[in-house]
Parts: sequence; C-alpha cells; structure tokens
Amino acid sequence: MANDITWGRDFDAALKAAKDKLVLIDFSAAPM
Amino acid sequence: MYTDPRVVEFVSRNFTPVRVHVKENADAFKKLGERFSAQWTPTTLIVDSTGTERHRIEGFLPADDFLSQLMLGVAKAAFARQDYAAAERLYREVVERFPNTDAAAESQYWTGVSRYRATNDAGALKATAQAFTQRYRDSTWAKKASVWA
Repeated sequence: MANDITWGRDFDAALKAAKDKLVLIDFSAAPM
Repeated sequence: MYTDPRVVEFVSRNFTPVRVHVKENADAFKKLGERFSAQWTPTTLIVDSTGTERHRIEGFLPADDFLSQLMLGVAKAAFARQDYAAAERLYREVVERFPNTDAAAESQYWTGVSRYRATNDAGALKATAQAFTQRYRDSTWAKKASVWA
C-alpha cells in the first residue's frame, strides 16, 4: 500500500499521461 | 482527508492526481479554476481521459464520506463510458461499504439505472424503487426512484 500520494502540478500533462486513467484534481488551500 | 491510508491507496490506484494550490500555484489555480469553475477550496474533481468532469466534491469531508464520494465518481465515469457492469459493481460497493454516507443513497439509485442500462429490464428500476422503501426512504434519491414503483 502506498503511504503517500505523488501529486502532479500540471493538469494537461497529467491528462496526457493518464491515458485511460481518471485524473483527480485537488484545488487546495491547505498548507503544502 | 488525504491522511487516511484507505484514501491514499484508493487515490494512488485509481487516479493520476494533480494538486493546484490557491497560493503556491496561483496562475495554474486561476487558469484551471476558470476552466472547471472551481470557486472554493477544497474542490476535488474527477476528470476522465477526454478532459470531461465526471464528479465534483466541494468542501471538506471526513474520510469515509470522502472515500465514498471518490468511489461514486469512479462509478460515474464507468457509467459515462457505458461500462454498465463495472458501474453497477462500483455503485453497489459504495452502498455496501459506506451505507451511512450521502453517497450511498445516490449509489443505490444508480445501481438500478446501471442494471437497467445493461439489461434493458425495467424490473431493475422497479426493484430499486422497492429497495428505497427499505433504505434511504427520506432521501432525494428515493423520491426520484418513486416513479418506478
């Protein structure tokens, strides 16, 4: 089991890389 | 909400995750926020490979509620690509695993619709209406299903 999420920053790049996978976008104001 | 190991595992397994921070990534937040009409944080979107939004979660939710919403979104995406067998299985899983969440009543409704789409058997809708007489009777989804009784 993964113990952390590896977040991308570029939606268009993520969409291209995702192929048939879904993209989850987190619009956040939480401390990074 | 992303600290719960079940959420971390589900996100890692099902999604390519992108985080856009309102301050740290202000330009991207403005651009992508306008594109998807995200007007509040946290807003979580599930987007399919065509770039189409399939589900939206606005505001904070406790882990069970958040996870059930993520599963609901994956089910909606399966429904949208007309994979009704997968959609039915995923909607049913939401009801079974998270029966006390808001996502459960909605998922119970769409379980029936998915079965109907897969089989063209109107009995699936009737059975769903019947199910709403037992569970989630006060939900909006029960009202929507009542026409099938």
